[in-house]
Amino acid sequence: MTIVFYLIAAITVAGALAAMLLKNTVHCALALTVAFAGLAIQFLELDAQFAGFAQILVYIGAVAILIVFAILLTRGSETPKDGVFSKSWLAGLVIAALVFAVLGWAVLNSTSVLPGETAKPAVSVLQIGNALIGRYVLPLEIVAVLLTSALIGAVIVARQEKGSAK
Amino acid sequence: MQETISFTPQVGTSGIAQMLCLIPAVPVVASGVIALLKQPMRKTAATLAVGSLSFSLLLSLFAFAHVVSGWSHGHAVREVVNFTWIHVGATNVDLGCVLDPLSAVMLVMVCFVGLLIFIYSTGYMVHDENCTRFFCFMSLFAGAMLGVVIANSLLLLFMGWELVGLTSYLLIGFWYQKPSAAAAAKKAFLTTRVGDVFFLLGMVWLASGTGTLLFYNNGGGSMEAGALASLLGQHACWGLTAAGAIGLLIFAGAAGKSGQFPLHVWLPDAMEGPTPVSALIHAATMVAAGVYLIARVYPLMAAGSLLGGTTTALTVVTWVGAFTAVFAALIAVAQDDIKRILAYSTVSQLGYMMAGLGMGGVAVGMFHLITHAFFKALLFMGAGSVIHGCHDEQNIRKMGGLKADMPLTFVTYAAGMLALCGVPIFAGFWSKDGILEAGSHWSVSKGPVALLIFGALLTAFYMTRQVAYVFFGHWRGHKPAHESSAVMTIPLVILAIFACVLGLFGTPAWPWFQSFLGGRATPVEFRALLEPNVLLVSGVSVFVVLLGIVLAWWLYGDKSPKPDQPDVLQKAVPMPWAWLRNRLYVDEFYGVTFIAFYAWWARIADWLDRRVWGGAVSGVAVAFRGWAQVNRLLDTHVVDGTFDKGCEELSTGGGLLSRIQNGQIQAYLRWLALAVVVLAAILIWSSRA
Amino acid sequence: MGPLTLVQVTPLQGYLLLAAVLFAIGLAGALTRRNAILVLIGIELMLNAANLNLIAFWRYGPHPEALTGMMFAIFSIAVAAAEAAVGLGLVIHIYRFTHTTDLDQINRMKG
Repeated sequence: MTIVFYLIAAITVAGALAAMLLKNTVHCALALTVAFAGLAIQFLELDAQFAGFAQILVYIGAVAILIVFAILLTRGSETPKDGVFSKSWLAGLVIAALVFAVLGWAVLNSTSVLPGETAKPAVSVLQIGNALIGRYVLPLEIVAVLLTSALIGAVIVARQEKGSAK
Repeated sequence: MQETISFTPQVGTSGIAQMLCLIPAVPVVASGVIALLKQPMRKTAATLAVGSLSFSLLLSLFAFAHVVSGWSHGHAVREVVNFTWIHVGATNVDLGCVLDPLSAVMLVMVCFVGLLIFIYSTGYMVHDENCTRFFCFMSLFAGAMLGVVIANSLLLLFMGWELVGLTSYLLIGFWYQKPSAAAAAKKAFLTTRVGDVFFLLGMVWLASGTGTLLFYNNGGGSMEAGALASLLGQHACWGLTAAGAIGLLIFAGAAGKSGQFPLHVWLPDAMEGPTPVSALIHAATMVAAGVYLIARVYPLMAAGSLLGGTTTALTVVTWVGAFTAVFAALIAVAQDDIKRILAYSTVSQLGYMMAGLGMGGVAVGMFHLITHAFFKALLFMGAGSVIHGCHDEQNIRKMGGLKADMPLTFVTYAAGMLALCGVPIFAGFWSKDGILEAGSHWSVSKGPVALLIFGALLTAFYMTRQVAYVFFGHWRGHKPAHESSAVMTIPLVILAIFACVLGLFGTPAWPWFQSFLGGRATPVEFRALLEPNVLLVSGVSVFVVLLGIVLAWWLYGDKSPKPDQPDVLQKAVPMPWAWLRNRLYVDEFYGVTFIAFYAWWARIADWLDRRVWGGAVSGVAVAFRGWAQVNRLLDTHVVDGTFDKGCEELSTGGGLLSRIQNGQIQAYLRWLALAVVVLAAILIWSSRA
Repeated sequence: MGPLTLVQVTPLQGYLLLAAVLFAIGLAGALTRRNAILVLIGIELMLNAANLNLIAFWRYGPHPEALTGMMFAIFSIAVAAAEAAVGLGLVIHIYRFTHTTDLDQINRMKG
């Protein structure tokens, strides 16, 4: 485990924590962006360059912006009166802790036959492209349909209806 | 002198033997038809009854002629027709009819006397509104009695016996609205019942001892040598063999039906019934059924006797008969009711018959039975005529001088009275003499014959007293008397003729009757009349009878004391008179002992029934109701309760569970996450194990 | 040598633990924050953590040349993007009706 890993991990976790804890919603969105970036670098560390760049393009470039737009459209920048956390926030925390405990336990106690260090895989974009068109052509098409329908759906859902909204 | 009758039994092949069962069947069917008629149809009922009995008489005469012809050709006739009634596994219950001299003679007597009485009652009962019912019962009785006569099986005889008892009850209590008549009927039924219980015991014993209840069955019957030998081999108690014990038990039944002491108490009270009933049932036929029964089972009673000796059973029969003869005759002396005197006379004469059976055998007893039937029926019918003529008066103290007012009745009645007393030439003389003669030979003791001679004296005395009070002297009633109609007097005349003539069939000079029953030939020997023993007995009896008549005439003669004045003898010997008048207090004795005990027992049984058994039943009912209540409570509280509770819990639980769905997304998310945690834990845990 | 080497943790396990931490943080935020958009942010975090898992397994798994893990992650990214768009559109739509993004107040679907 290299220093780089720990560093990037620290940044990612810090960003995630900030995203969840800050009061200002816009700040949360920006912190999320930091977390996304950290994750992208992790992907690069893991020799999944395409995934890392796709992460940056899609998540930071689109999802985070979208979230900011949504925050602004819903007046989320104003600090709410009753506080940002729900009344039973402790229960949620406990449950999240439990989930972490289970996952951590599974990870640490698994008798894995996976090797500690393996060779670096050499993945070219050509290979990815071939895989997409070859083996994964069906998921590709379905995702295309999904994206189209999501697009149309989002437009319909978010559209202002005539005379209904104030 | 015992007679051992030895017939060669034949299976009934002649036509008349086959038709024997019709003789009782036709009157029974007629009774059934009459039962369906409406009450006003009296003439139809009477015609049916008379017609059916005439038909039976015709068949009986045929049967009699058949037997006589067989006898005159030298072979003894005994034809039986047996059939199986019930199959029970390996054993059968057989019934059958028998045609032999005994049954033939009895058939003719019952049918003839019965027919005459039926004709008589068409005149006597015509004004009664229940005439149809009367003829229905009388017809049924005739059929049942004829069934008793032809029965070849003790079981069939018993069935007829019971039916005869039933019709006797129905006819005694014919005027049931009278409480005394209803009580008398009940008394008759219950007293004969006591005897019937012993009869039934004897019957069962006989069936188990010999395996059959048939009398004659080609060698296998219970009255035949094989069965009797086996019964003699079995020992009962008190030194008796089985044969003797069964004989005594059957005699107990006969004693009930024939009114022997101590079961005689019902016969005088039975005079509550109409006079034709008294004539037919309680004089001629039903009471004779007991004597007939003993005659039928005579081989059983005489089994084991040595030549010239006798058996215990026959000794008992003789003594009981002799005692009854004197006992009843004594009581008859002090009675004032015309029918009651005749009733006690019947009891006394039945005692004679029983003594005759015991000492002299079947023929001696049966001869007296036949002759007695005729003259007793005559006397009763004559009494009925007198009662009818005196406008339903029955007290002889209030009658008198009817010799002039009712001449025909007087003559016939006198004939009957002379026959009963035993005046020579008349029927009763010969039959009674036969008994006395047999008694004088009796090996055991001369006691019975002495009693019987004393009885003859008493008989003559009380009959003369009765005739003197009724027919002589002057009329002491209110309205004048009148003679009865022809339909009533003609049967009287016919019977009177028989009363005179019938005896000639059994005189010592020509003992046709005895040899007919015995299956032997009979010579006509006038010298037999002059045998020393016969002469002695006849002489003594004639003397005694004349003594009795003269004594009574001297005391009562033509004098007619007023009804409220005491009787001559009463003035002379008041204490014995009072005892005799009160029937020697036998009824009172029974009332104090048996009936009181029975009433006490009935009270106990009633208490048991109401408190113990009734209590048990109500206890069960209460327990059931309690149990039902418990069940109800269980059902309401436990079953319903749990069910309702369960449903409540279910809906409460549902209500509780529905609170999870509070519309808050984050709450749903939390539940989801928790579930995932649990599932993951389970999966990891199980894979680790 | 980092501190985790003391506990004998492989690199794979390290990445998996990191993903678990991110997942737990995202879940905690999704379960506790009032604002609906923040819940969506938490969900995005969870998805990313899952993607990290996938890539880690692909890298340290038996057959990285099959590209299974990478493909899975790429498709996951695509789907996540679509889902974020639709989800945010819904939040905006609800905001128009209820004038709030406070999840505690949106409980009209309660049973």
